[in-house]
Parts: sequence; structure tokens; C-alpha cells
Amino acid sequence: MSSTELFSKILVANRGEIACRVFKTAKRLGIGTVAVHSEADKDALHVEMADEAVAIGPPPASQSYLVIDKIIAACKETGADAVHPGYGFLSERAEFAERLKAEGITFIGPPVKAIEAMGDKITSKKIADEAGVSTVPGYMGLIDDAEHAVEIASGIGYPVMIKASAGGGGKGMRIAWTDEEAREGFARSKSEAASSFGDDRIFIEKFVTEPRHIEIQVLADSHGNAIYLGERECSIQRRNQKVIEEAPSPFLDEETRRAMGEQAVALAKAVGYASAGTVEFIVDAERNFYFLEMNTRLQVEHPVTELITGVDLVEEMIRVAAGERLSLMQDDVTLDGWAVESRLYAEDPYRNFLPSIGRLTRYRPPAEGERGDGTIIRNDTGVTEGGEISMFYDPMIAKLCTWGRTRVDAVEAMRDALDAFEVEGIGHNLPFLSAVMDHRRFRSGDITTAFIAEEYPDGFAGAELEDEALRLVASGAAMMQWITDRRASFISGRMDAGRKIRPADAPLVVRSAGECFDITVDHEATAGFHDLDDLTTPDGGEWGSPVWLSFADEDAARAYRIAWRPGDRLAHIFAVEGDEGQWREIAALKASPAPGGWRIRHRGADLKVSVLPPHVAKLAALMPEKVAPDTSNLLLCPMPGLVVALHVKEGDEVQEGQALAMIEAMKMENVLRAEKAGTVASIPVEVGDSLAVDAVIMEFER
Amino acid sequence: MQEILEQLEQHREEARLGGGRKRIEAQHAKGKLTARERLDVLLDEGSFEEYDTYKTHRCTDFGMGEQQIPGDGVVTGWGTINGRPAYVFSQDFTVFGGSLSETHAEKICKVMDLAMQNGVPIIGLNDSGGARIQEGVASLGGYAEVFWRNAQASGVIPQISVIMGPCAGGAVYSPAMTDFIFMVKDTSYMFVTGPDVVKTVTNEIVTAEELGGASTHTRKSSVADGAYENDVETLLEVRRLFDLLPASHRDKPPAIPTADPADRLEPSLDTLVPANANQPYNMHEVVTKVADEGSFFEIQKDHAKNILTGFIRLNGSTVGVVANQPMVLAGCLDIDSSKKAGRFVRFCDAFNIPILTFVDVPGFLPGTSQEYGGIIKHGAKLLFAYAQATVPKVTVITRKAYGGAYDVMASKHIRADVNYAWPTAQIAVMGAKGATEILYRSELGDPEKIAARTKEYEDRFANPFIAAQRGFIDEVIMPHSTRRRVARAFELLKGKQVDGPAKKHDNIPL
Repeated sequence: MSSTELFSKILVANRGEIACRVFKTAKRLGIGTVAVHSEADKDALHVEMADEAVAIGPPPASQSYLVIDKIIAACKETGADAVHPGYGFLSERAEFAERLKAEGITFIGPPVKAIEAMGDKITSKKIADEAGVSTVPGYMGLIDDAEHAVEIASGIGYPVMIKASAGGGGKGMRIAWTDEEAREGFARSKSEAASSFGDDRIFIEKFVTEPRHIEIQVLADSHGNAIYLGERECSIQRRNQKVIEEAPSPFLDEETRRAMGEQAVALAKAVGYASAGTVEFIVDAERNFYFLEMNTRLQVEHPVTELITGVDLVEEMIRVAAGERLSLMQDDVTLDGWAVESRLYAEDPYRNFLPSIGRLTRYRPPAEGERGDGTIIRNDTGVTEGGEISMFYDPMIAKLCTWGRTRVDAVEAMRDALDAFEVEGIGHNLPFLSAVMDHRRFRSGDITTAFIAEEYPDGFAGAELEDEALRLVASGAAMMQWITDRRASFISGRMDAGRKIRPADAPLVVRSAGECFDITVDHEATAGFHDLDDLTTPDGGEWGSPVWLSFADEDAARAYRIAWRPGDRLAHIFAVEGDEGQWREIAALKASPAPGGWRIRHRGADLKVSVLPPHVAKLAALMPEKVAPDTSNLLLCPMPGLVVALHVKEGDEVQEGQALAMIEAMKMENVLRAEKAGTVASIPVEVGDSLAVDAVIMEFER
Repeated sequence: MQEILEQLEQHREEARLGGGRKRIEAQHAKGKLTARERLDVLLDEGSFEEYDTYKTHRCTDFGMGEQQIPGDGVVTGWGTINGRPAYVFSQDFTVFGGSLSETHAEKICKVMDLAMQNGVPIIGLNDSGGARIQEGVASLGGYAEVFWRNAQASGVIPQISVIMGPCAGGAVYSPAMTDFIFMVKDTSYMFVTGPDVVKTVTNEIVTAEELGGASTHTRKSSVADGAYENDVETLLEVRRLFDLLPASHRDKPPAIPTADPADRLEPSLDTLVPANANQPYNMHEVVTKVADEGSFFEIQKDHAKNILTGFIRLNGSTVGVVANQPMVLAGCLDIDSSKKAGRFVRFCDAFNIPILTFVDVPGFLPGTSQEYGGIIKHGAKLLFAYAQATVPKVTVITRKAYGGAYDVMASKHIRADVNYAWPTAQIAVMGAKGATEILYRSELGDPEKIAARTKEYEDRFANPFIAAQRGFIDEVIMPHSTRRRVARAFELLKGKQVDGPAKKHDNIPL
């Protein structure tokens, strides 16, 4: 079907990776593309990708991406005849769809009525109930005040979930286990709802314990056809923010899948749905499932569904919006293989996942496409190296997806892809994602939405490597050190220009994570590494010649190749694997030089690796361990942000867990609480101060 | 015969023990290595050749006649660092507390004389309680002999000092006259008068660490150029610096071949300078993205952070970098940054190291503290150093180059060889706002008019083209091509030769 029957130009009323994602499909379909952007985004990737771009105002979304008039003006200015809203922003605003319709511009999304019906959590639950969809017990009416909320909550029975009617994505959502929490949660949800959605209505429902979050992708057209494209498991969440998703779910059986799918389709039909949509369910340990909500838009995690179904959801949305029928029926849907998505967030896992903003001084995603072992890597991204992560928008930088024949294959591919993903300049959650991929419980598939809270109750302090992984890191460090020393010996002005610094066997002592390895790097046995060229010239795809590494406590030497040159920040290590004796990449290490060795990041671990010749290592062992200065009596600012409130004053006694201050960063209000009881000695900041990371907010008496 | 040869080994063995096992253990317990262990880390394995191993003092006062330890508290000689020779002396705290006697000084002077004569750098590892009090004035004379040689050697060979323990009183002036001082955190300190004297004279109560520790000297006083966690790390970093320095003023900077292409493009630099001229960005990123392999050896990185100084390699050869840092004080020049950069420029010029300057400077820092502190004289140091430097000089203006500070920062007028500007450069006598307020004083009451005038001034001067029209800028370059441009420029300048006017020596505004 030619594009003339679809649209001539699609404007994407969004930014970041989702705008880029929609442009990709539009371009493939031969449709013109229009980007809109705020002042903060004028150099953004989505602007660069689009055929045309229209500036729509200052950085805050409320003055740009959320202003319907500006989007419509941009459509008129460019002659765009359809608008894709992406997710977030205006994607689920019925008013937006309505206004577009009035202007004769097609909204690439469901009908206004469906958005309205599903947009309100209370209404949507009623409709779902009527359509025979299983729902969670809860209170549907409007709640007057905090006391009313407490009354309802205790009526349903704790724990309860307090949610913004208009909410989504975890904003304005609180769980309460007691009356007091219900009271506080109601107030906070209400104010967040008001500021985030301009709608402060709140509802309360039963909170299901040991829950999994599993959602069904539906697709419907305006001719009455509706199908489901399997499920996505999104249980790996942190504070209701999805982090890792996969399709299919490791938990569902065929029967439950069908039941959920059919109910989702029934709901879609009940609201006259036409477009891509997602019906979210909460599933308990007995595979009972309850309707949560329906998202009347393209979901962030849609790529995992695309990877296992082969369906381009954006294309289907565009075609449906143009009045076409679905290109496939339920019987055509097959689920092939396994897909995993990791959301790369600009959040620092070592600082309790606090938002991090700044410039991406380095941004090098792994190569996309099919790998040698048949797995596939896909990275949906909205940024480039040199781009800015600003405080104005969502902290999600990219969605890294992998596909494999089995769950294990997909997870393995994800481990590799995460290791090869270079991001510098901001704090980000790559190490955390890596750690989850290696986590036994995640690998077993035994997960709930409480996975992160349960497995990382004290936050994340980096993963610990098992012996073999640590030996691999040590080997990599030894090889890099050897190459560095060898290369340095080509310096001009040597007294013995002919003789190179390293003898044939170079013994090195490698120390990391409390372990110490004596390794001899042997290059006499190898053809290469005698000349500079061998260090710097690729050799048949894998660089350099094999290096033999003998660990003092191992019988056989290990043979590796390393693709790395001095200055590289990523080292690929190859080994012979399998019966055919093929060289295969077995690991990627992120490495940067540090005094006396390297800093190496691998599989979620961040290690200082010292690599020294034995005579120096012996002396280094005499050096005392230095203790970091004690900051336990200080409240430090965990992220750059604005002091919005100070809840205590000098001389106050505080209890553990008591709220001390509120810092606003990236639109989120972060409450800083007392880690232990104490007395406030001084408060060197004031409300309204802009603070840098680690600025002292409060000092306590020792 | 064999017996005699064996005796030599015995003598050596004795000498190697220095002050004996007990004192060695005490040294280790303090987290410090011994004089010889330090040389083992600093020099290539097996390359150290010791001189004057058996030299002892000649003092007989205060019972010193009975205390004779071969070497007399300092280990001297030479060895190689990555194959290149260096003379070294390493004070031995286990022998008379490393105190300096007349003979101890003679040993140091011997290697200094050889170093100068042979064009080989000298590295001193300082760990000494000070003058050998028992020797009195003979010890003082010894110090002065070393001082005199430090001055003579300055500009002839690189001199590096590493403070690895106490260094107090007159002893500080030898390191002070060398090119670089490195310190070990927590275990080294330097001061002219110690905490006790300070307390007696000024009633100030201060610890040795606060008075003269690594943190004080790398941040506040700028006496030290860098500090590292422990002896081993410090010495390994000195090795790294050594690889960047020429052997003498007669030598070219050393080169190490690199696989990093000289024409590597860095597209991300095109988005580095923010749209808002008042918003800072990190100049460090420019330096590391232009450098070979992203490697930047910073000098005085914790002091006067509004200017960056240090060494990189371009195409394998050492280049000195001076760069305004907009992240700190908006990159303004002030007393500290002028002194820091001025001294660095003079070092580079003395040792044939080309200078690459990145400019984003809104001017000199205003204020009474600056004026009272003598910013005029201190700012002049940097101006003087640049004007006088005859090594190849390449300058890249990334954003602001305002007023007198523009002239100072290796401008065309003070004989930089190649001057580039990014399209984001603004070369003007001052910022647009300030300029309009002077030019249109009568319109100050009318904010609209002033805004229009400011805009007018910005349109006219907030770009590199006015300067380019005059030839003050040789070419406006794309940020992403900076490495390629700069590397080519330095290749071209390798044959640069300049003869200055005849003089005894200059009179830099000290």
C-alpha cells in the first residue's frame, strides 16, 4: 500500500527516543516527518532526524510539549496531517485528540471516547467490570479528604494503594499500610497529581501482595477488529517505575495468557478502541489476575512485543488511524523467542537512584542488529554523545532490547550488550541493570514487583564478581597493562633503543576486590606483539595475536585475544570456545587508567584493579589502606537540586526516618530523611538555595 | 681474589640496611617506604646504579664520631625510567632521620653536577628531619650548595622533587626551586617553621598536616603540583610525568607512537558550548578529547581551578596545555591562575614543549582583594611568559575572549603562531551588557532601548569574524575538527626558530 493513502506528514508531539522511534517507521513508510522541540531540545536527536522541526517554546513541558495550541500551530505551519503523540505528555489527553479532530488533523491513537473512558481510573474500572474483566476491590467514588481516605482504606483493608485518577508512570502513587500512611499518602498523591496532571482526584484500592505486573498488548481497528499480541512482564520496577521488561512472561501459562488476552480484547471492544493499547494486570502468586488500567497509547516497552511478534506497532497505529484494517488477525499472531528490555535511566544507583543531569560526554551504545550467535540487539535512543540530559524531562535515556531463542539467550545477550554500552558524564543505572541480569532470582524468573525493594533493601553498592569473572577482569587488566608498558617502551630517547622494556615473560601481580593473582603474560609464544604494528593493527577481525596468561595457581595457561589499544575505554576479550575452536568474544570490559592500574567496570561491578610488577607489588602491599573521611554526621545533598523545604531547625532533635528536607530535582520532590536519631547542630543552607552534589545541608551533633 | 670480591657484596649489604631493621620497620609502620625501596619503584627494575654508597660524615662533635653509617642518610646515583636516564637522590629517614650533613649535601651536589653536565633530569625524593644540628653551620653550607645548583640547573634540566616525609625549615628551598613538587597525602609535609614555633610566635594552633600537608600545598599555597595516595602511587605518577618531559633544554620532547589518529573528529564538541553565554561547561572535556588517547597529566589540578595546566600528547609528542575553565569563577583570570599558568608556560618554553592554549575568558577578576593582592603584577607574569615564549604556540578561542585577558591568553599580538576560533567565539573588549552600559549611558533609564543596544552590540561582536577580518584569528574552525587542526599546526611548527634580542636575562615581574 503506498503512502499517499496514509498521510503526507506526521508530526510527533513528543521528544526523545519515542519521537525517533515513530520517525523511523514513518520514514520507512515514505511519510514526511515533523519534530517539535522546546528550547532545551533544539540540538536533540529527534530534531535532527525529522525532515522539519518547529520550536514550541521554553524548556518546561508545561510551556512547550504540553501546550495543545502550539502543537496545532506547528501542524498548520508545516502542513502535517497527522499527529503521533508518543507516550506521556499529551498522549492520553482526550482534549488533545478532540482539538486535533476539530482542526481536521488525524490523531494517531484511539478515539476520544476510549481515551476518556480509560483515562479515568474510576470510570475505566467500572467499564472493565461491566465487560467481564477481573478487577481489584477498591473504592470507585471521589474522596473528600484525608480522613475520608483513611476510612475507605481501613474498609478495604490494608495494604491499600492510593493513586491519582489521572496518573500513570508511578507519579502520584502511594502505598499505605497504616492509617497514618494513608493520611500522608493521600495528601502527597493529591499534590503531586495536581502538579503533574492538573487533576487532583484520587482513588484507593486493595494492594495485591506478591504481585507481578503483566500487561497485554492489544491492537484494534475502526472496523471492529481487535486482537492481542501476547503479554509483557514488567515486574522489575523501582517505586512503580518500570526498569526491566520482558516478553513473554516467564510466569504465564497458555491458558492464563489466553484468558487475559481475551479479557483485554473484550475491554477494547467495549470502549470502541481503535489503535495500539495496553491493558495492565496485576497477577498474584496463584495466577489470579486483576485489571489495573488501560493505557490508551503506545507503551514505552512496546519493543519487546515487536521483537517476539515481528509486528511494527507504530505502523499498525498509523494504518489504523488512516482507516485501514489490521494487517493481521488473532490467528496470525505467533510469539517467537524471548525479548528483554532494559531501561537506561539517568539515575545514579550508588546514590539511591537519584536523578542525575548533565552532559553525555561519552555515549556509545553497542552495535545493533543480529549477532553471530543469532541473538538480536536493538537500542531505542533519543540522545547522542555530547547531548544534554536536562532536568526538565524524563530521565530515561535509552531502551536497550535483546532478543534470543530462549530467555537465557536473551538475558545473556543483554549482559553482553550492557557491558559494551558506554555512558559517561552522568550517573546512570547500567551497573544496576547488569547486576539484575546476573541475579539468581531474576534468572530463575521468580520475580514480583517487589523484587528490587526486597533484593536491594539498602540500595545498590555494586555487584560482586564470582571468581571466574574476576579472573577474566584480572586477565584483561594484565593484558592492557602489558600492551601499555610495551607500547611505552617505544618512546624516543631510550638509552638502549634496541632493547624493549619487557622480557619475554612478564610477570604481573594483579589485585582487585581483595583477591590477588600472580599472572605471567607470555608473548614469546605468540607471533605478534614484537612490533608496534602488532599492538595497533587489527588482525582478522580480532585484534592482535593470542596472549598466553599463566595464573600461578592454574595448571594450564589461558589463551585470549584482546581488542584494545591504549586510550580505548572498552576492551573486547576473545577466547576459543566450542568444539570448532572458534574465537568468540567472551567479555567486554570498560577500562580507564588509574594510578598503579585500572578502573574496570564489568557485570555491574566497579573495580579498582592494581597491576604491578612483582617487586613493586611487594612494596605496594606495605601501603596502608586509607579510610574515607567520616561524613556520617552530615546530611549531604544527593543530587544537584533546589532546596524546597527544610522541616527542622538548628537544635531540633530528630528521630530515625524523620523528614529533614525536601530537594527538588528533575521535577521530582525528594524527601531526605534522618538515617538515625540525633540533634541538628547547624543548617548552612536556606530554602531556595541551589545545591551541588554532596553540598552539606545539615550537620548533626556527634 | 674471590674473598675480596665477596667483601664488596658484604659492604653493599651493610650499606643497604641503612639505619637498620628496626628503623626500617618503623618507617614501614608509618606507611612509608625506605629510600632504596622508593628507588625500586621509581626506576626500571635493576637499572639503579648507586654512587657514594660508602660515604660517611666527618663530624666528631656531640658523639657523632661513633655513629658512622655508610651513605650518610641519602642514596644517590642514576637509573632509567622507561629506558630514559635520570639522576636521583633519595633521603634515608632511617639514617640520622635523613638529616642533611655536609657530606650528605656533597653527595646530592655530585649527582646534580653530573645531571647538568650530561643533560639528564634529576629527581629528588625528600624525607628528612632537616639540618644535621650536630654539624651546625657546615650543614647550612651544604644546603646552600644544593640551592645554588638548583638555581644553576633551572632551565637546563628538568628537576623534580617528591616530598615523602618531613621537609622543614631551610630544606624546603631546594624543592621550591625545582620545576615540580609532588607530595604524598597524609605522610608528607613542608613548612618553613613548624607548628611549635608558629604557636610561640603567633599563638596560632595548627597541626603539621594543616600547616604544610599535601592538601594545604596542592589547594591553598600552590607550593606542590600534585599529591597522591601513597608512596607507590606517587612514584608511579612521577614515572608517568617523566615520560612526558625532555631530558634537557637541548632535547626535544619525547614521543611515543600512538594508534590514535591525528585526524580523529569529535562531533560531540559541536554541542559543548551552551547557547547561553553565562552557562559554564567543562573545558576538561575539550582537552581530553583533543589529546592523544584522552590522556591529560594535570599540573596543580586542585589549585586555581579556573585555569587548567598540564601535559598531553599530540601525534605522540608532548604538548603543554593552558586552558581557562569556565566551570570555576567563569574562567576569569585572577592572581592565582595567572601565577599558575605563567609558571607552567615558562617551564614549557624552557624545555621546548609547544604550548596549546584554549581560551574562554571573560576578563580579570575584579575586586579589592585582587587589586590589593597585586593582580597587575601577577597578571603580568602570564602575559610576560606568553610574550617571551618562543616555542610553537597554538591558540583556540572556544567562547569568550574579552578585554585585556584576550591579549594575555596567547593572542596573535604577543606572537602566538596559529590562532583558531570556534564559531561560538566572542572576541571583544568586554561583554555586550557592559559595553552598552558605557556606550549608551544616557539611555540607561530605558530598559527596552538598552536591550536593543545590547542586542546590536552582540550581533556585531559576539562572533569571531571581526577579529578574523583583522587577521587576529587565522581561521574559524569547527569544534569537531579541533584535534586535526591543532595536530597539523604543531607538525608544521616543528621547525620554528626565533631569535630574541640579546640580553643578560629578562626581568619578569616577580
